[in-house]
Amino acid sequence: MFVGRVLGTVVTTIQHAALAHAKLLVVQPCDPEGRDDGPPVVARDHVDAGVGDRVLVLDEGSSASQILGRPRGPVRTMVVGVVDAVHVVPGEASLASPSGGPTPDVTRG
Amino acid sequence: MYLGRVRGTVVATVKDPHLVGSRLLVVQPHSFARVPEGHAFVAVDLIGAGHDEWVLYVKGREAANALADPFNPSDRALLAIVDEIALETPEA
Repeated sequence: MFVGRVLGTVVTTIQHAALAHAKLLVVQPCDPEGRDDGPPVVARDHVDAGVGDRVLVLDEGSSASQILGRPRGPVRTMVVGVVDAVHVVPGEASLASPSGGPTPDVTRG
Repeated sequence: MYLGRVRGTVVATVKDPHLVGSRLLVVQPHSFARVPEGHAFVAVDLIGAGHDEWVLYVKGREAANALADPFNPSDRALLAIVDEIALETPEA
């Protein structure tokens, strides 16, 4: 899973049966400090998230099928939570800025 | 899922039996600002998308799962025709 920010919505009429009645969100993946991290993706919403929300995004097909209660299908990326807060321990190497910049403000509300 | 635009079709008479009956389209990936990004690819069309239409596609295992028989050799599949994208900021 990763944390992202909802940028917007996608409206479709003609679609695969697995997307029937689905709300589709454009999600910008973010690093633990909240900075954009990689290109946006379209995710199927499972928690009624809205534009601007920080969300928890599942990105694995088998888990998505379990949540949907269906056999394996074409859905891989789903919004499965609305994030209230992310706290990371200062100095954790795995969360260091990829650009090698100054240590970011690591505890966010 | 990712955003792309249909740029053409592929005709292949000889192909894996699992792909018989599937339309194959040339799709150019785009950013959500609708700027072309990366290389075009060939995708299985499951929704009857037409030339110049904006589509959502999936990659990898999920593309194969989109077909009725999931044991097929496809790695890109079109899942939806985009009517509208509403973004918080237009340049996102």
